[in-house]
Amino acid sequence: MNLHTPAAPATIEVSQTIANSPGYWSTVGSRLMRDKVTLFFGLLLLAIVLAAILAPWISPTDPYKTNILRRLKDIGYPGHPLGTDQTGRDMLARLLYGGRLSLFMGVTPVAIALAIGGLLGVLAGYAGGALNMAIMRTMDIFYAFPSVLLAIAISGALGAGIGNAILSLSIVFVPPIARVAETITTQVRTLDYVEAARASGAASLRIIRIHVLSNVLGAIFVYATSLISVSIILASGLSFLGLGTKPPEPEWGLMLNELRQAIYVTPYVAALPGVMIFLTSLSFNLLSDGLRSAMDLKS
Amino acid sequence: MFIYIALRLLYTIPIALGVTIFVFALIHLSGDPLSAIVAPDATAETVEKLRKDYGFDKPLPVQYLVWLGKTLQGDLGTSIVNARPVLDTLLAAVPNTLMLAIFATLVGFTMGCLLGGLAGYYQGSIIDKLATGIGIAGVSVPHYWLGMVLVIIFAVELRLLPATGMGAGGSSAWQWDWEHIKHLILPTVTLSVIPCGIITRTVRSTVAEILSQEFVQALRAKGLMHGQVMRHVMRNAAPTVLAVMGLQLGYLLGGSILVETVFNWPGTGYILNDAIFRRDIPMLQGTILLLAMFFVFLNLIVDIVQTWIDPRMRRS
Repeated sequence: MNLHTPAAPATIEVSQTIANSPGYWSTVGSRLMRDKVTLFFGLLLLAIVLAAILAPWISPTDPYKTNILRRLKDIGYPGHPLGTDQTGRDMLARLLYGGRLSLFMGVTPVAIALAIGGLLGVLAGYAGGALNMAIMRTMDIFYAFPSVLLAIAISGALGAGIGNAILSLSIVFVPPIARVAETITTQVRTLDYVEAARASGAASLRIIRIHVLSNVLGAIFVYATSLISVSIILASGLSFLGLGTKPPEPEWGLMLNELRQAIYVTPYVAALPGVMIFLTSLSFNLLSDGLRSAMDLKS
Repeated sequence: MFIYIALRLLYTIPIALGVTIFVFALIHLSGDPLSAIVAPDATAETVEKLRKDYGFDKPLPVQYLVWLGKTLQGDLGTSIVNARPVLDTLLAAVPNTLMLAIFATLVGFTMGCLLGGLAGYYQGSIIDKLATGIGIAGVSVPHYWLGMVLVIIFAVELRLLPATGMGAGGSSAWQWDWEHIKHLILPTVTLSVIPCGIITRTVRSTVAEILSQEFVQALRAKGLMHGQVMRHVMRNAAPTVLAVMGLQLGYLLGGSILVETVFNWPGTGYILNDAIFRRDIPMLQGTILLLAMFFVFLNLIVDIVQTWIDPRMRRS
């Protein structure tokens, strides 16, 4: 549950092979195909994402429809294969629909942070000097907060809501992405061929676009995929605390919170939303690990 | 090395100031800072008077300096909800959170070193695969859910351990008796899963990296046994691993809010949760400031200790 696992940014190295080895992506592809664990969890993730997208078409019933007579039914109850929740709503339908908000709230902050953090990091790394100081030292302030605390502080002050939760998580993920982008840009800037491009009179923007981005993008993209797993846990965690989605929306974290009292009646049903969060987060983590080792051609 | 420590201390000052600016800004993020205090039907006059009393009519930099001055003197303001000083409430809760975080870090550290060390030493073996699996599960699991699952297993099904609270009858002051220890077990195990996963992964990759260095081959060629080689590896891995452990303690202090909510543990996370829902902004600010400052301080200590125990860093 944090962004500072030293293994992550430390292992990202500038790969000088990208530009001039034509078989790079096919090598990565064939490596991924041979990696059975990554392949399995990649497919599992695909299934979870598809189930969430297709929920309106594949869901057996309406996820909002309550039924007081059928409250807290256990797994396998006729008509409700995964039971019902505390107001008698169908759990299977809610779990399918729940993926929509949970995935959206988990992936969006990382995508926003990828754009903003990547921009700030490349800018700081390429410009160097005072601008670098200004950007990176500001980022350091956000590093002074444990990520969970930072997300809860901002959401708590802004108040509950999906937009506020996404905003607070985006702020959490900008600094680590900026730091990775800055490190790589600084390294790339001093490489011989980039120096050569500059000496031959190429414009800064052109150098950034061609030489810097081709190195930075792949690395921060892989790093960002590992952040999605944290983001999903945190986003659902905010909803679990009542800071994200509001009832009666189906969302895994919120469902988990609503079913907290149900553990004495239908414990297995109560644990189901968490299983979904766990599987999704695990899949993103393994996929990111697999991608990283497949893209690291030196190993 | 003393120069390094002095520089590191100096560097902490702007960070700490930045943290205070952020925490100060929180009250204005929440919209009109008066909205939580004033009754909705209050007259414009009352609102203006309150605005003056609280100093919200002054320019922001002045407000910040006044607030900072008070904070530096240990005055974190009074709670809007119970009118008690924020610091008193916090000081009562900090030991509970600290205890949970320290025990969880110790458990996670022990498990992580064991699993990660074995995995790194016997790379590719069954133990390695198992430890890697546990490591990745540890960093992927939503711990608030794990807490619920443990409650379901050990409190609801097996009836071995209490589900929530810190002691019998809603006790919020720790005592070293069996009743309190029983309440500590499940939250500790739940919270320890995160450092366990991260430390397993760190130790494994650090050990693997050290083993691939030439000096290890030299040691083996010299005829050292497995255990003796491992001793050298451990000495080399210690700075990195200890640094990660120190930071984890900081994360758990700040991140225990979810676990404290699941277990109704009377710590800082519980206070924070309560403050959020009653819109008790001074309480929210105070808790976050205290936890963040603790994290800054811990970072400082970790850096200094790391320099101190690693002779390579001492020289540079």
